[in-house]
Amino acid sequence: MKARTFAWFVGPSVLLMLLFIAAPLVSVLVQSFYVTAPVLETVVVETCTPGFTGQICETATQTRPLIDGNGKVITTTEFVGLQSYRNVLETERTLAALSSWDFREFLSIDFWKALRFTLTFTFITLPIMLVTGLGIALAVNMATARIRGQVIFVSLLPFIITPVIGALSIKWLFIGDGILTALIEWWLARDIALFAQAWTIEILLLSYRVWHVSPFAFVVFYAGLQTLNMDSVESAIIDGATRWQRLRYIVIPHLMPLIVFLTVIHLMDSYRVFEEIVGFASENHVISLQWITYDLLTPDDAGNRSISRASASSMLTMIGIVILLVFPLRQTWRDYFGKAA
Amino acid sequence: MTQSRALRPSLSLRLFGFSFLGFWCLIAAFPIFWITVMSLKDPIDAFSSNPLTVIFGDATRFTGLGLSPFGMAVIGLAFYFALRVARRSVLAWTAALEPKSGRINGWIVAILAFAVMCAVASLLILPAVIGLVNPWLGALGRPILGLTAEHYISVWIDGEFYRNFINSMIVTSGVVAISLSVGTLAGFGLARSRMKIAFWILIAALVFRALPHSVLVAGYLPVFVNSSDILRPLLGEAAPTYYGKPLPVIFALVAINQPFTIWMLRSFFASIPSDLDEAARVDGCTYFQAFRLVIIPVMWPGVVTTGLFSFLLGYNDFLVTSLLLDAQNQTMVPAITSFFNRETTSTDQVQAVAAAVSITAPLFFLVMVFQKQIVSGLTAGAVKG
Repeated sequence: MKARTFAWFVGPSVLLMLLFIAAPLVSVLVQSFYVTAPVLETVVVETCTPGFTGQICETATQTRPLIDGNGKVITTTEFVGLQSYRNVLETERTLAALSSWDFREFLSIDFWKALRFTLTFTFITLPIMLVTGLGIALAVNMATARIRGQVIFVSLLPFIITPVIGALSIKWLFIGDGILTALIEWWLARDIALFAQAWTIEILLLSYRVWHVSPFAFVVFYAGLQTLNMDSVESAIIDGATRWQRLRYIVIPHLMPLIVFLTVIHLMDSYRVFEEIVGFASENHVISLQWITYDLLTPDDAGNRSISRASASSMLTMIGIVILLVFPLRQTWRDYFGKAA
Repeated sequence: MTQSRALRPSLSLRLFGFSFLGFWCLIAAFPIFWITVMSLKDPIDAFSSNPLTVIFGDATRFTGLGLSPFGMAVIGLAFYFALRVARRSVLAWTAALEPKSGRINGWIVAILAFAVMCAVASLLILPAVIGLVNPWLGALGRPILGLTAEHYISVWIDGEFYRNFINSMIVTSGVVAISLSVGTLAGFGLARSRMKIAFWILIAALVFRALPHSVLVAGYLPVFVNSSDILRPLLGEAAPTYYGKPLPVIFALVAINQPFTIWMLRSFFASIPSDLDEAARVDGCTYFQAFRLVIIPVMWPGVVTTGLFSFLLGYNDFLVTSLLLDAQNQTMVPAITSFFNRETTSTDQVQAVAAAVSITAPLFFLVMVFQKQIVSGLTAGAVKG
């Protein structure tokens, strides 16, 4: 294919990605160094109220935004360097907490709190998802052909459900005296409130994500199991390998590329954990990195969005995903080119 | 697949496998089943801590609304037939409806026909039949299962949820249409090109796939909000404000979805033998003519699968739509937060449940019809690398 024809085919798609992905990235980087704020003026206002002996006058100074001829608020944009990053990281509090070895104080700072949760979330759900998915795939592979279709149908439901709605539906089972909370209370014979402290919410968030992504791992593993070489399995049986040894030395090595694939996808997706936080309304106890940016982008009571701080926090979020993905991607890269060379 | 005797698992292992599967299916389906049940009950029943009260809806039945054993049988039968039709016939209809061009039209017509059929049957025919027959049946016609549709009525009609539904449909269909037309071209180009740059475009797409969406929204927001000021020198007074409008959001979602789309379609086009379009080019077609005349007729399986995932992305999105659309153009998923953020009577909460079920229902039908395509889409990316 000539370069010219290729450009016509790929052009629209590349243009869209440049315009809506690459360009915003650059502008976010620039925005994070600038702060746009309304120009404020300080005026002295004298208010007089009629009183018994005469007027009572009070003078007060007020700050209010300057307004131009069209009724719009005049704003200025100034270069602040790394100030927005410092605001997001709360550097002074962080340093104070670190120098006094106060770990609790350190984790009460929004950014570190969110980072701690996001990483815990990512790395705990990853193995659980892989094991659950593999377990379902092995069980379905063992089952009779008749029920396979039904099981796949039911399994796809948690996967395709809207994440916010999925989180809500789990929350409604547990909130207040929801039936599952009632069940646990009956079992433990004591009162519990699952949405009153951070650790129970975190367990629910983790369980929700495992429920949501395991079907994907299941379907991928199930497809992988269909291409398993039966001859090597049979010869392993003849050699006296137990079921566990066959799984360990034949099935899992066969599925290894899929495990890497699922790991990379899962790292990308669970690092941006966000919708669960909205669904569970857990922002007072547990927050994630993406939620911080979302919160800064949502207009506050005065209708202002903290664009600069949001840009800084999203740049910091991006650094995290780059670090997370460098190792698995470099490994794949080496495997790929190692084979080719 | 026949298994040799040695490979067959032992009975105890099979039993364990079955109970594990049963347990998984219960966990997978239960929350969705349960919110559907809750949405049909009086608030007193819906948030009761006794599961039997929730299922049988004592308080709801007390108000005289409910389902008799006969009604349950009728609905069960209807549901069974809907499942059969979805599994077998909808695909056959598309084949029958498929004129020479545009198989995608066949799909759309068939799905709309199925949806209309289900709606007419469940909203008009079934209640009429049950209402007519119940008085004649005595004990079998008396309600034992309390059910009420009042929350759905108040959400959809009083809460004007249908507006959000229309907005969702506008955004979702826009995302699917644009992302497929741009994506098929790019996917074909990438599959047939041996240039270095094709490889680098795919790598860049993989990196873009990893970006948190909030990063992109932080980039869009200031531009969209101030777009009329920015574009004024170019367009004069007609310069539009992009914030709050569906079209810019559609383009943003298309771009966010492009990396996935082009990866998927590239691997699909790579599986179509290139002899096919090369033969056409030997006969004197340009690449574009070869694409139009030879490739488009055979590409629909891959396009339908990719389209499903674009649909899911557009339909399920919360982050982008909630930040970039104004209240008037709000889609269903962000709109539901207005139901559960209202601080709140239990009636409000059951209304939120009903709205949640309304959002889930189309997805449920989608899996019913397209199970095979979704599975093949999930595995395509993984197995081909």
